[in-house]
Amino acid sequence: MPEVRLPTLLRQHAGGQSSVSVDGATIGEVLESLQRSYPGMAGQLVTADGTLHKFVNVYVNDDDVRYMDKLDTKVQASDTISILPAVAGGDA
Amino acid sequence: MSDSGADQADPAAAEASRLRLSPVHLDEMIAHCLAAYPEEGCGLLTGDPRTSVVSAVHLTRNLAASAQLYTVDPSAYLRIDRAAEEAGRAVIGVFHSHTHTDPYPSPTDVRQAPDPSWHYVLVSLRHEVASVRSYRIVAGLITEESIEVGRR
Repeated sequence: MPEVRLPTLLRQHAGGQSSVSVDGATIGEVLESLQRSYPGMAGQLVTADGTLHKFVNVYVNDDDVRYMDKLDTKVQASDTISILPAVAGGDA
Repeated sequence: MSDSGADQADPAAAEASRLRLSPVHLDEMIAHCLAAYPEEGCGLLTGDPRTSVVSAVHLTRNLAASAQLYTVDPSAYLRIDRAAEEAGRAVIGVFHSHTHTDPYPSPTDVRQAPDPSWHYVLVSLRHEVASVRSYRIVAGLITEESIEVGRR
């Protein structure tokens, strides 16, 4: 199963773990498994219309899934998936 | 991502908070923001989340390339986050500049603050001399914290 590295804000929903292993052949399936296993994460990663939240970045190893097949990006069991919040702001 | 955990969003803890860094760290942040001008400059801070001691300042690209918005390059964040974890550290904050306003978090800064455990450093280039302030942003509440500059 691929390893999923969690950002600090989501660790509280996974018993404080910084990484977990969940099933899935695509990023979409992995995020669904994550939300099923840790219901506190529901709604924070994928929007109601089934797209990745604007302020969430997901990497498969070193690759940003937004530049691949987004939620359809295929995942291998040996992959490391990293979920990171967008770090943004400004004076606007 | 939203913050619903009271144990990670403790306004009382934020009030007693302080950020500890070296004079070199301060200089690096200011120099980076000055070099980025007229756009906002930004970067990440890594260190010990238990003691709020900064071990390194990471200068990153502002993907927004704007005088009013910043976006830390997410691929840089990934690289910095991984390296910090391997070194037994963590990303503990972010800094960015306000090119024409005071060093205080804007509504955008508050709305988009990614992590209630982080330190949010603002570098204002409004006046001739840059001014630097640090804050905690927890559940939408802004609390200024002291910056302790010392030998590290």
